[in-house]
Amino acid sequence: MNAYSADEMMSVAASRTLRDGAVCFVGIGLPSTAANLARRTHAPNLVLIYESGTIGAKPGHLPLSIGDGVLAETADSVVSVPEIFNYWLQPGRIDVGFLGAAQLDRFANINTTVIGGDYRDPKVRLPGAGGAPEIAASCKEVTVVVRQSPRAFVERVDFVTSVGAKRDGLGFRGAGPRRVITDLGVLSPDPDTAELTLTALHPGVTVEQARDATGWDLAVAADLETTPPPTAEELKILRHLEATKGGVSA
Amino acid sequence: MAELVSLHDAVAELVRDGDTVALEGFTHLIPFAAGHEIIRQKRRDLTLVRMTPDLVYDQLIGAGCARKLIFSWGGNPGVGSLHRFRDAVKDSWPVPLELEEHSHAGMANRYVAGASGLPFAVLRGYVGTDLVHQTETIKPITCPFTGEVLTAVPALNPDVAIVHAQQADRAGNVQLWGIVGVQKEAVLSARRSLVTVEEVVDRLEPRPGAVVLPSWVITRVAHVPGGAHPSYAHGYSVRDNEFYQKWDPIGRDREAFTRWLEDL
Repeated sequence: MNAYSADEMMSVAASRTLRDGAVCFVGIGLPSTAANLARRTHAPNLVLIYESGTIGAKPGHLPLSIGDGVLAETADSVVSVPEIFNYWLQPGRIDVGFLGAAQLDRFANINTTVIGGDYRDPKVRLPGAGGAPEIAASCKEVTVVVRQSPRAFVERVDFVTSVGAKRDGLGFRGAGPRRVITDLGVLSPDPDTAELTLTALHPGVTVEQARDATGWDLAVAADLETTPPPTAEELKILRHLEATKGGVSA
Repeated sequence: MAELVSLHDAVAELVRDGDTVALEGFTHLIPFAAGHEIIRQKRRDLTLVRMTPDLVYDQLIGAGCARKLIFSWGGNPGVGSLHRFRDAVKDSWPVPLELEEHSHAGMANRYVAGASGLPFAVLRGYVGTDLVHQTETIKPITCPFTGEVLTAVPALNPDVAIVHAQQADRAGNVQLWGIVGVQKEAVLSARRSLVTVEEVVDRLEPRPGAVVLPSWVITRVAHVPGGAHPSYAHGYSVRDNEFYQKWDPIGRDREAFTRWLEDL
């Protein structure tokens, strides 16, 4: 059996959700790692779009930022920032948005703006929205990749930066978050209530651990699945990718 | 016609206390050298506009140049937080900083409206988010043709836009390529503009996908090789990722930052 970390399991599980040929709007960090892993394993025809305007980027190394030069060099097309949001994202052309989160709640609302206190005098000031609100609204569906902890998984986010699974009446074209991939397992919104439910655990993780890492009373699916562990091939490619982060193409 | 002048003279002439100033460059071609010149010339009470206020605005804010920030994502890309920005927001150091916060789609459309001579832009955005409750420049608008409710954001028309480009010719025509961001819209939306360039050439060679800004829409051009460091200029330099990491402990500490400022 291969030894692997919880983060590696998370990236592998997230990468497996991307089908070959899908068009994916990629956030930087964990989502970008998973999307690049997918392109190098089971989804060679995955189209990666970054908000810097790079369409069909095929980076030879893991980009450190969404504006890494390797994205422009390897893209099918590089367009302006107004164009990427207006022509490409807004009409609903993009299959899946791959997002991270600082804080996430029961209904998969995402907060990347402020934590604690109030907006004018927060405990922690986070970077803010970036492209996320419109990615969450307009992609056909959304996958969130985030480490699970009581600090991050809260009953109610302090600030709704991007709207989660409860979106009736908001007029969005996209279905919103369909799954949240964490270092412990997979959560999916209940089809009726939109509440996030634990639907899979990664190997060796208990329901108790997942509940302890969640700031609300976590619902657990009756047919709870176990994620297949990373294959040797997936781990090899992932580690190779991580080793090239921000660096020279290898 | 854009006149070629020194960076010092361009900033002295174009950037005034109290101005609304946009330094653009979406992680690529960030006009760092021009930002540093604004700090050296001790401009005050600026309203700084930028989609991604990264290190260059952390530096301007820490130096006390800004009274307000209009933005959509304020972080150190790939590294973490902007600590001077956080210190100004939380503890008003060195001066209070007012925020006008948007999303990228909203900011991009605000520049488009400004460049188009329109008072506002329309988009599908912000619905259901708490930004709507904090930012007065986000309003619902009803489509007069379909009755659909959409979102309106007002045009951005900065007093000055500053961008960095790869090349200018001697007449002040500018060409930039690679990730082109929102620089064209920023320059066309502004009352005055400054473009710093890596190289001044006799003739601009056409390049696929490049943005060309004719001399007559630019106020001043300054030859500033390396003016985007620690960001990069596609074809001229690579991003100095190490500097972005080294900035974290400097920005985190008021004393370390003050020492950095003294050496600028």
